[in-house]
Amino acid sequence: MSSQAQAPPIDLVLDEYTGAPRRGFRLLIGLCWVFVALVAFLAVFGERVAADAYGQDLATGISTPSVSHPLGTDDLGRDVLSRVIVGARTAVVGPAVITLGAGLLGGALGLLAGYRGGWSDNVILRWVDLMFALPGHLVAIVVVGVLGGGYWLAVAVLILLSSPSDTRLIRAATLEQRPRPYIEAARVLGLPGRRIAAQHVLPNLLPLIIASVFLGFAYALLAMTALSFLGLGVGPGTADWGRMLAESRRLIFHNPAAALAPGAMIVVTAASMNLVGDWLAERLSDRGRAQ
Amino acid sequence: MQRSQLLAFVGRRLAGLALLLCIISFGVFSLVHLVPGSAEQVLISGRRPPSPERVEAIRERYRLDESFWSQYTHWVRRAAVGDFGLSIRTGEPVARALRERAAPTLFLGVYAWILVVSVGIPLGVLAAVKKRTAIDRAAVAMSVAGVSAPAFVTGIFLLYIFAVVLGWFPAFGQGSGFAGRLQHLTLPALALALTGIAPVLRFTRTGMLETLEQDYIVFARARGLSRARVLFGYGLRNALIPVITAGGLLLGILLTGAVLVEVTFSIPGLGNLLIEAVNFHDIPVVQGVAMMTATLVIMVNLATDVLYMFIDPRIRFGQVAA
Repeated sequence: MSSQAQAPPIDLVLDEYTGAPRRGFRLLIGLCWVFVALVAFLAVFGERVAADAYGQDLATGISTPSVSHPLGTDDLGRDVLSRVIVGARTAVVGPAVITLGAGLLGGALGLLAGYRGGWSDNVILRWVDLMFALPGHLVAIVVVGVLGGGYWLAVAVLILLSSPSDTRLIRAATLEQRPRPYIEAARVLGLPGRRIAAQHVLPNLLPLIIASVFLGFAYALLAMTALSFLGLGVGPGTADWGRMLAESRRLIFHNPAAALAPGAMIVVTAASMNLVGDWLAERLSDRGRAQ
Repeated sequence: MQRSQLLAFVGRRLAGLALLLCIISFGVFSLVHLVPGSAEQVLISGRRPPSPERVEAIRERYRLDESFWSQYTHWVRRAAVGDFGLSIRTGEPVARALRERAAPTLFLGVYAWILVVSVGIPLGVLAAVKKRTAIDRAAVAMSVAGVSAPAFVTGIFLLYIFAVVLGWFPAFGQGSGFAGRLQHLTLPALALALTGIAPVLRFTRTGMLETLEQDYIVFARARGLSRARVLFGYGLRNALIPVITAGGLLLGILLTGAVLVEVTFSIPGLGNLLIEAVNFHDIPVVQGVAMMTATLVIMVNLATDVLYMFIDPRIRFGQVAA
């Protein structure tokens, strides 16, 4: 379902033979971090930076980029740059909640399946297999659409649909930890299973979880913007990157920037998150190996 | 012994897929009861109050007086022969709408699939063979971009470059005749293919890198076999196994991508039909599209398994992985 979760590593960061960081990569990752920070800043303070995302100016109507409107205006005379800036909020809040929710739900199930084993593992695995067999995005489109649409409904459905990839990830990592001596030691001490799982296994999975948060965010961002693009997420007229793209699609001959700017924001944000996630995954797993 | 194991493997997969189809059909049927409002209200367009006869006919048609289970079995029996009832929006049979809308989607999907396979796999091989060079880096960068760019954004950028700036391709519509279709659907297929190429390229590259380090490759080269023979006969054949298992993943990407791309380029295909139906709460049409997609997913899963068996003798000869 989540393409990132299943795709093999790409050895982008560290040279697969020498293990040294690749030249020029530090700069790229640095730029990604800066961009992620910028988007996060705009998500919080966007409405103060760009005050007029909703003010219409029907007399002006659609216009190409100019000094007063660096990215031009859309068909209702609204300033595209302001809308792109304000749109950072819906692009960050929903995916962040999805990543957190799916991580908590999926992670708990994965830990349970991996540590307890037995019938709970069996039941949870069947559930994960079923979810992986379905085309997740399409299920989201149908369920969100049939239930009437809306931003938070989309968030809830996507939490449910993206949690299985977290379950699979955490389960596999937990199984890897189980035979290690420190678990055995904790069991000999007579600690209850729940405490071993939460206080001994979980901290050892932290590097993996941190890396997957970034990859999961990129996935959630693409899913949310797709739903908004299809008219199933935020309401009409909202300054949201997916929605703006959909509404400016037909303006491409008149003011291309109105459609291209939100599109570029989606891609650059997702790519930054993916690169930072890959970088963290390689870096953190490498540190674990060195110890 | 071998044959019976093979049959057991196929049987288990078939049973699993049949169960999956049952679960999906149950979920799809339940959509009628999931929509806010009563089932009659959902199934009759709500512009003017319906006559008592209409309500009665709908109750009869969907067996709404009977139990949920009996409604479901009745619906499944009709769905199995392609009868999903009448569209609420247009009043015409859902099956006819599905037939009319299937052609552009099929054309688009096959076109994109050909592009994915003919670009993704060779590029993955090239990246693995030319590892640590600029070609490899470029291929990897392209796969990162492909994973991060949803089909509708790629579509808008292609639309801008090739239809607005260069004017090489038409911006919207589906065209008529094969040549017209090809011209109209090239940009949408390209947008769809670019999202599919990324995972195929990654899987091929990783598979190829791992395979080329195996002893049998060294041995084949030591025997003096030609470079092409070693690379394709020994390397690629083994490297393709993970690529084929990713077939289901690719289908998921292409299906979602097709919906997004059809909306982006205003192509009157199944994806647009689904979005129109979903926005109108035209449940019979949604059910029809969903069941058609589910059947496709299951058939591709089955084909993937069979292909997997043909390509990997370890599956045929005993070591059956669950």
